Amino acid sequence: MSRSVRYTLFFAGGALVAVLFVWAVVGMPSFGSNFHPYRDLAIGATIAHGTANAVSSVNFDQRAIDTLGEETIFFASVLGAAELLRPSKEEREAKREHGGMFRVMASTRFAGYVLLPLTLLIGLDVVAHGHITPGGGFQGGVVLATGVHLLYVAGSYDALERVRPVHLYEYGEVAGALAFVGLGFAGIVIAGSYLSNIIPYKGFGHLISAGNVEVLNFAVGIEVASGVIVMLAHFLEQAIALQGGPHE
Amino acid sequence: MSYYPYFVAGWLLLIGVFGVVRSRNLVQAVVSVSISQSGTYVLLLSVGYQRHATAPVFGSTEKPNLQVVDPVVQALTLTDIVVSATVTALLLALAIQVAKRHGTVDPDQLSALEG
Repeated sequence: MSRSVRYTLFFAGGALVAVLFVWAVVGMPSFGSNFHPYRDLAIGATIAHGTANAVSSVNFDQRAIDTLGEETIFFASVLGAAELLRPSKEEREAKREHGGMFRVMASTRFAGYVLLPLTLLIGLDVVAHGHITPGGGFQGGVVLATGVHLLYVAGSYDALERVRPVHLYEYGEVAGALAFVGLGFAGIVIAGSYLSNIIPYKGFGHLISAGNVEVLNFAVGIEVASGVIVMLAHFLEQAIALQGGPHE
Repeated sequence: MSYYPYFVAGWLLLIGVFGVVRSRNLVQAVVSVSISQSGTYVLLLSVGYQRHATAPVFGSTEKPNLQVVDPVVQALTLTDIVVSATVTALLLALAIQVAKRHGTVDPDQLSALEG
C-alpha cells in the first residue's frame, strides 16, 4: 500500500474514531466525580475480606480468574519470544567470540553492585507485601528481574550468565504458573469453586491477612521474575550475537 | 464538568496509530503501538478518578472508607500494562527476525512474500 493511500485511510478512519470518541466522552460522568458504582462494590468486598490493598484484592481475589488469563498471556508471550529469538548455529559461535568484550567504568560497576542487593530486597518486599501495601506479584517480579540484570550493567555478560542459568528460570516460570492453577483446583476441592478462597481471612492489621491473595502474589511474582529474565536473556543473546553489525 | 483527561487518552490512541502509519522503522512502529496502548491507561485511570479521594490502600492511618479512587480500573490498568509489555516484547522479537531475514526494518521495503 502506498504512503498516500495509507495516510488517506488513516485520516478518514481517525476522524471517524475521534467523532465517536468525543460523542462517547460527553455522555460520560464528568472527570473526578464521585459516581463510582464499581468502586463501591469492590471496596465493600475488599473490606469484607480484610485486604488492605484494594487493587490486589480485585486482582487476586475478586477477579482472580481474569488474572489467571493475564498470567497465561504473559506465559505464552515469553514462550513465543523465546522461540522467535532462538539463535542459529553461527550466532552461537559469534556469541562465544564477542561475549564479555566490553569495559565498564569503575563508578558504574560500584553503583551496580550497591544497587543489586537493594533492588532484589525491594523486589521481594513488593511481592511479599502486595496485599497490604501498593505492589504485588507483577510489579515485584519485574523489579526482581531488573535487579538481576544490574549484574550485566555492573560486571559482564559472563558474570550474568553464571548467576542466571536460564533453564532454571524456565522451570521457575512453569512452577509459578502451575502454583496459580493448582491453587485454583484446590479451591474446587475445598471450597467448591475454582480459585475460591481457601486460606482464612484474618482481617486488617495482620501481616498475612488476605487469604489466597498473598500466595497468588508469590506465584505470580515467581512467574513474572523468571519470565522476564528468560525473555531478556534471549534478547541479550541476540544483541551480543549481532554485535558485529546487522547481517545482510 | 471536565473531560480533559479523556481527550488526552483519545489523542494518545490516535497519535500512536498515526505513528504506526507513517513509520519507516519497525522498532518505531512497535513504540508507537505502546503509545497507543498507553492511551488506554489514561482512559481507565481517569474513569476511576475522584477529586479529593485517596489511594485504595488502607492501613492504620487510612481507615477503610469509600472515599477512594476506583480500584477496579487500577487493576484493569495493571492487566493492560502486562499485556502491553508482552505484546511489545513479541513484536520486538519479530522485528529482530525480520531484520535478520531481510536485512531491513523499513516496512515499505517488506512487500514481497517469502517462503
